[in-house]
Amino acid sequence: MKANCLKVAGLSKRFGGLAANNDIHFSVEEGEIVSIIGPNGAGKSTLFNCITGFYKPDSGKVFFYDRDITRMRSDKVCALGIARTFQIVEVISDMTVLENVTTGTLLRYHRIKPAMDKAGEILAFTGLAEKKDFLGTELTIADKKRLEVSMALATQPRLLMLDESMAGLTKVELREILDLIRKIRDGGMTLIIVEHVMEAVMQISDRVIVLNTGRKIMEGTPKEVCSDREVIQAYLGEKYCAIVK
Amino acid sequence: MVTPARFRFRQAIAGSVVFLLLIGFPLVVRQSFHIHVMILVFMFGMLGVAWNIMGGYAGMFSFGQAAFFGIGAYTSSYLSIAYGINPWIGLIAGGCAAALVAAAIGYPCSNLRGHYFAIASIAFAEIVRIVFNNWKLVGAAEGLSLSMQNESFANFLFNSSKLPYYYIMLAFLLVSLTVCYFIATSKMGYYFRAIKESHSIAEVLGVNVVLYRLMAIMISAFLSAMAGTFYAQYILYIDPGSVMLLATSIQIVLISMLGGAGSIMGPVIGAVILIPASEYTRVSLGYRGTGADMLIYGLLITLISMYYPEGVWKLFSRMGRKLR
Repeated sequence: MKANCLKVAGLSKRFGGLAANNDIHFSVEEGEIVSIIGPNGAGKSTLFNCITGFYKPDSGKVFFYDRDITRMRSDKVCALGIARTFQIVEVISDMTVLENVTTGTLLRYHRIKPAMDKAGEILAFTGLAEKKDFLGTELTIADKKRLEVSMALATQPRLLMLDESMAGLTKVELREILDLIRKIRDGGMTLIIVEHVMEAVMQISDRVIVLNTGRKIMEGTPKEVCSDREVIQAYLGEKYCAIVK
Repeated sequence: MVTPARFRFRQAIAGSVVFLLLIGFPLVVRQSFHIHVMILVFMFGMLGVAWNIMGGYAGMFSFGQAAFFGIGAYTSSYLSIAYGINPWIGLIAGGCAAALVAAAIGYPCSNLRGHYFAIASIAFAEIVRIVFNNWKLVGAAEGLSLSMQNESFANFLFNSSKLPYYYIMLAFLLVSLTVCYFIATSKMGYYFRAIKESHSIAEVLGVNVVLYRLMAIMISAFLSAMAGTFYAQYILYIDPGSVMLLATSIQIVLISMLGGAGSIMGPVIGAVILIPASEYTRVSLGYRGTGADMLIYGLLITLISMYYPEGVWKLFSRMGRKLR
């Protein structure tokens, strides 16, 4: 049996009168790709923030490999092995691509030289090696997203959480990032993905979790999710489901 | 083709030449005022380098550096007057005192960024100044006068010549540049720059933002306080109106920003341009009482910020940009 990577139990987070996350339960096994979908404001990013320590949940627990990480500081969560990206791409703008990734690898190394060598390996893996001397600000959106993924990988996580890494990409760029995600998974990593690009979600996910107004309304394989009336009404619409069926 | 290795070699050569010229300068130029201006250049260069560690690298725009400068000056002076403690020991004590105060004020300000941090730093420095202005133990508004007896290197005191002060301040500046160099080229420097970009990006890279910000503030405070002790030993009289001025804090930021924040040499370049400009215009025009000196000084600042908004240092580093 596979190890339990992440377990979220009864997680709730309120902002004033708004329940952004309301009693959410789910778990993710090692090596899985799990997508979280739902309309804007469903609580997907809040859930990410609660898991990674950026928000303190009001109630509920988060376990990472059976270790309680609820309300843990975000840099400690990262050190334990959960890396994430942001919905709005963030890179260090006055650093080169290589320096950006080196800042990440420095979590596991104390000297610059080995950290930089490791960063070089990661850039070769993610396909950014040729642009290693570009400044963060000089990259295209697609490359910036690729850089952000590289920086997340640089902290050498066991669980990688991607927040809308595919939004706004061309078909070709989308295929490239999907290939990268599969390559990352084949390396043994677990992934949780928040995404609106359904085409990608349906292709790549082992399981899909659907949120709506802060609650989990459905969980299942891409096929199951697509045939669920409530999900179609809340979010998908008829069009996407036709593709999968 | 200029290779990175050759570029670094040229930098090393240029650095050595400048260093030798600085060693020789007071032996050729004997006028006391010119030497005084150079001492101020070194001192403000050091204060700029110290500011740059927290402002230029870690992104904490402090407008309160004069407080650390003053705490350094007061600590060593008070210890020397009240307990006869050697100023060299006072130098270290002052650095530690400033670093402790910096940690005490920096910790509650951990979440402040950008202009909020700047405002808090002004408030902090003004509180420190007002406290010292009313604190009887340290002379309140009258300040502290240091003894002029027993000049010697061991006593950090020289009456007959400015030369020893010149070389000591030059050495202090080199110490602070070395500290900055090691920070810039180490894990700490990378983490500072990540924090400068944004707290959230630093946190997802596993950086303990609160801890690293405190380290930046404490190192910066320590170095600023060293310059403060130097000032006290050089002028031999301090009061809140001379060592804790908001104007000094602002001048430190100006020097660093116009020279080039976030580069090792930037603040020194800033001091080399602005301090002589301010001192020589003050001496040659200030006596007329027309403010002409301030006009010229202000014009210079305006021109630099218009044409080199990222700092004069960009001029020098543009050549090496692709070679980093």
